[in-house]
Amino acid sequence: MTRQSSRITPVVLTLLSYTIIGLLIVLPVVLILHEALRQGLHTALETLKDPEARSSIRLTACVTAIVTVINTAGGVAAAWTLTKYDFRGARLLVSLIELPISVSPVIAGLVWLLLFGRQGWWGNWLGHHGLHIAFAVPGIILATLFVTFPYVARTLMPYMEQQGRAAEETAFLLGAGFWKTLIHVTLPDAGWALLSGVLLTTARAMGEFGAVAVISGHIPGVTETMPLHIETLYNGYQSVAAFAMAALLVLVAMTTVLIRMFLERSFRKQHP
Amino acid sequence: MSITLEAFTQYAPRSSRKLLDNIALTVEDRAFVALVGPSGAGKTTLLRAIAGLSSHSEGTLLIDGLPIHDRPVQDRGIGFVFQNYALFRHMTVARNIAFGLDVLPRARRPDRAAIQRRVTELLDLIQLPHLAKAYPDQLSGGQRQRVALARALATGPRLLLLDEPFGALDPLVRRDIRRWLRDLHDRMNLTTILVTHDHEEAMDVADTLVVMQEGRIVQAADASTLNAAPQTPFVMEFLGETLKFPGTVRSGQFVPDNTDIAPFPFEGPDGDATAFIRPHDVFLLPGAGQASVEKRPHFSNGLFRYQIVTAEAAFEMITPTDLSPQEMQNVRVDISRGKIFYPAAASEDPPKPA
Repeated sequence: MTRQSSRITPVVLTLLSYTIIGLLIVLPVVLILHEALRQGLHTALETLKDPEARSSIRLTACVTAIVTVINTAGGVAAAWTLTKYDFRGARLLVSLIELPISVSPVIAGLVWLLLFGRQGWWGNWLGHHGLHIAFAVPGIILATLFVTFPYVARTLMPYMEQQGRAAEETAFLLGAGFWKTLIHVTLPDAGWALLSGVLLTTARAMGEFGAVAVISGHIPGVTETMPLHIETLYNGYQSVAAFAMAALLVLVAMTTVLIRMFLERSFRKQHP
Repeated sequence: MSITLEAFTQYAPRSSRKLLDNIALTVEDRAFVALVGPSGAGKTTLLRAIAGLSSHSEGTLLIDGLPIHDRPVQDRGIGFVFQNYALFRHMTVARNIAFGLDVLPRARRPDRAAIQRRVTELLDLIQLPHLAKAYPDQLSGGQRQRVALARALATGPRLLLLDEPFGALDPLVRRDIRRWLRDLHDRMNLTTILVTHDHEEAMDVADTLVVMQEGRIVQAADASTLNAAPQTPFVMEFLGETLKFPGTVRSGQFVPDNTDIAPFPFEGPDGDATAFIRPHDVFLLPGAGQASVEKRPHFSNGLFRYQIVTAEAAFEMITPTDLSPQEMQNVRVDISRGKIFYPAAASEDPPKPA
C-alpha cells in the first residue's frame, strides 16, 4: 500500500504541476495569440501600424530602456553598499528596497501625482518653469522607476552576500581601485544574477500598468504606453487590435525569458 | 619589510568590545612569524589589520616606519592569501595571477608580453605550468592554494601575509607546501606572517611564534624558548600535551597534593601552585611509592606510553625505555622537570623553570 502510494505520488504531483502551469500560464498566452489572430495575421499586423499604436510602442520602448539603465546602475550600487559594507540602518534600507514590491503601484502613481500634479506640492512651480512631470513622459519614467527598482538589487543581494568580501579585498590589496574591482571582479562574478535582474526589470517595466495609469493621464498618442493602449482599445471594442498589441507584449516578454534560459545554460556549461 | 605595532587596539564594528587589545609586536625584515592561538584569539584580525584591511582601531601600526594608510595600496608591497584563497572564479588561472599587474596604472603597467612572461615564471614557480588556462573550479585545494600564492607574489611584494594557508589541505600536501613556502621565503627575501591554529605546523615553518589568546599577545618567541620558558599555563598547554599537578610551595619545595608524586625543590613564594609537565618529562622512581604502572598498547616513533595509576588519579607518560616488570611496581612519580605556575592573580611575574 505505502509502496504503491510512494510510486504514485510523484506522478500525481507532476501531473498537477503541469495542469496548474497549463491553466494559469500557457492557456492565457495561447488565448491571447488566438484572439489576436482571429482575423488573420495580416489584420493583426495592420492594427499595429495605427499611429497611436506605434506611438505607444515607441513610448514603452523608450521608457523601458531608460528605466532599465537607471535601475541597473542604482540596483548595483544599492546591492554593493548593502552587502559589502557594515553600517547603521542597513537592515532598514533592505526592507525599504522591497517597499515597491509590497505597495500597490496605484499608490506609487498617486504619490507622484501628489508631488508633481497641477495641485501638487511642486507641480505648479515646476510648471511655471516649463517642466511638466505629471501627465507627461517624465512622470511615466518616475513611476516605472519606482515600481521596478527592487528587481536588480534583490536578485544581486543574495548572490553578493554569499560571495562575501574576500574577492573584493583581494582585488583591493592587489591594487585595484573601486571601479576596477567593480567592473573586473564583482560584476563578472555576479554576472548571471545581474543579467537575471536586468531582464526582470525590463519585463516588469514594459508591463507596468497601475502606477503609469494614474500619473500619465491616458493621453492617446502622447502618454499612452502599450498596456494603457491595450486597455483603451479593449474598452473601445477593438478587440483584435487590443489582442494584437497584447500578443506583441507577451512575445517580447517571452523572448526575455528565453534569453535568460539560454544564457543560463551557456553560463552553466562554461562553469560546471 | 619591518612591521611595528604599539598599543594597537581594535574594536568590533559599532561596539566597544575589543577584538585586539593593546598589541605590541615587532616583526623584523625577512622574519618568518606565525600567529598561533585557538579560534577567536584574534589571529586573523591582527593579520588583516597589518594588511590595512580594518578600521575601528587605535594605536600605532607602522610598515617600514610609515603608517600604512599613508601609502597608496599599489605601493604597499603586501601580498595577502585568504583562508579560502578567494580566487576570481570567472578568470583563468593565468588571468588570476596577472590581475595585480593588469590593474596597475597604465604608466607603470608592464606590456602584455612582460605580464605573460611573469605569469609563466610564476606558474613554473608553483609547479603548475600546464594549468594556465584552467578555471579555479577545476583545481584541487592544493593547486588553488598555490595559485592564490602566485597571484599574491605577482607584483613582487616584500611582505607576505597568509591566513590559515594550509587549513583545507591533507596532511601530506600540507607538509610539502609548508617546506616549499619556507624555501620560497628564504629565496625571495620575503617577510612572512602566517596565521595557523596548529602549533606543530608553526614550529616547523616559522622562526618566531606569536601566541595569542583573547585578543592579546601572550608570548612571542622562538619555538625552543616557548618550550623552555612558557610565559603562562596557556602557552604551555597550547604547545602540546600537558599534565597538571596541583600542590603547594612550602619553604623552598613544591609539594604535590597527590602523595604518590615526589616533592621537589622550587624557589618561590609560599602558596598554592600547580606543576605543569609534558608526559615525556615524567620519570618513575621504582620501589619508592604506591603507584602502579600499566603499559599502553599503542606506541609510536619508538616511544612507549604508560598509564600511571595513583591513589587519586591516573595519567599517561611517554618514555623511550621499555620498562621491566620490576620497574612498574610500587613507583613514585618524579615531576621535577615540570614548571610551576601560581594561580592567575599572582601569575604577573614570569615564572622560573624548576
